[in-house]
Amino acid sequence: MIEYFFLLLGESIMIFGTLGILRFPDVYTRLHAATKCDTGGAMSILIALAIASQAPLLIKLKFLVLAFLIALINPMVSHAIARGLINTE
Amino acid sequence: MSFIVSFVWSFVLWLVLTAGTKGMLWSTEEVIAGIIFAAIVGLSTKNIIGEKAQRFLNPAKWLGFLVYAIGPLFWGMVKANFDVAYRVITGKIKPGIVRVPVDLENEAQYTILSNSITLTPGTLTVDACPEEKALYVHWIYVRDEEPKSSEPVAGSFEKWARRLGK
Repeated sequence: MIEYFFLLLGESIMIFGTLGILRFPDVYTRLHAATKCDTGGAMSILIALAIASQAPLLIKLKFLVLAFLIALINPMVSHAIARGLINTE
Repeated sequence: MSFIVSFVWSFVLWLVLTAGTKGMLWSTEEVIAGIIFAAIVGLSTKNIIGEKAQRFLNPAKWLGFLVYAIGPLFWGMVKANFDVAYRVITGKIKPGIVRVPVDLENEAQYTILSNSITLTPGTLTVDACPEEKALYVHWIYVRDEEPKSSEPVAGSFEKWARRLGK
């Protein structure tokens, strides 16, 4: 039951991130929407998959490792984009 | 030394991601392939990681990172999602880049702090300048044009970064 909650949460966060990309005026604010919502959305969807899948426990733990990796890599990518923009301006 | 550190970390990550193919353990081919790939990663990053890399092999530090990731950082990420969703719905934004003075010593601390700032609500690190001891942060709703410390932007993260990157 709780996996549906996480799945819905993740998908609604992703929808808000996409809306943000469309609504916000410039590159930096769009980066906010794109990167932040990606972390939370992808992590909740991964947690939902870890709970709902019929796989053995080890595979479920690997979903959590993936969520951790997303949390590590995401700020680096957004920082790289922002830095590239400010260096060209 | 930095070769050994990045070798150990990439090998551990490989072992975690490939566990469970043969019962609960690893097959021999996988371990050999892991050693090869970890050696490639270690060789190519040994000049980037820098000096004093062996402090990342200290188990007490791992525990600190774990507590930090589960506690304040996770809470910050949850808040960030709802904050951005709120800004998307209401359209209340006042974006701008502010200069945040910080008091840190080495590059690992700068890395930890700027990554944490990027994950927390409404802030995004644009550039780090260790020479002038400052971070340039893009704020989606500027409340303070010239903050005196990192407290309004990052909360308690500067303390954590100073402790973890020592």
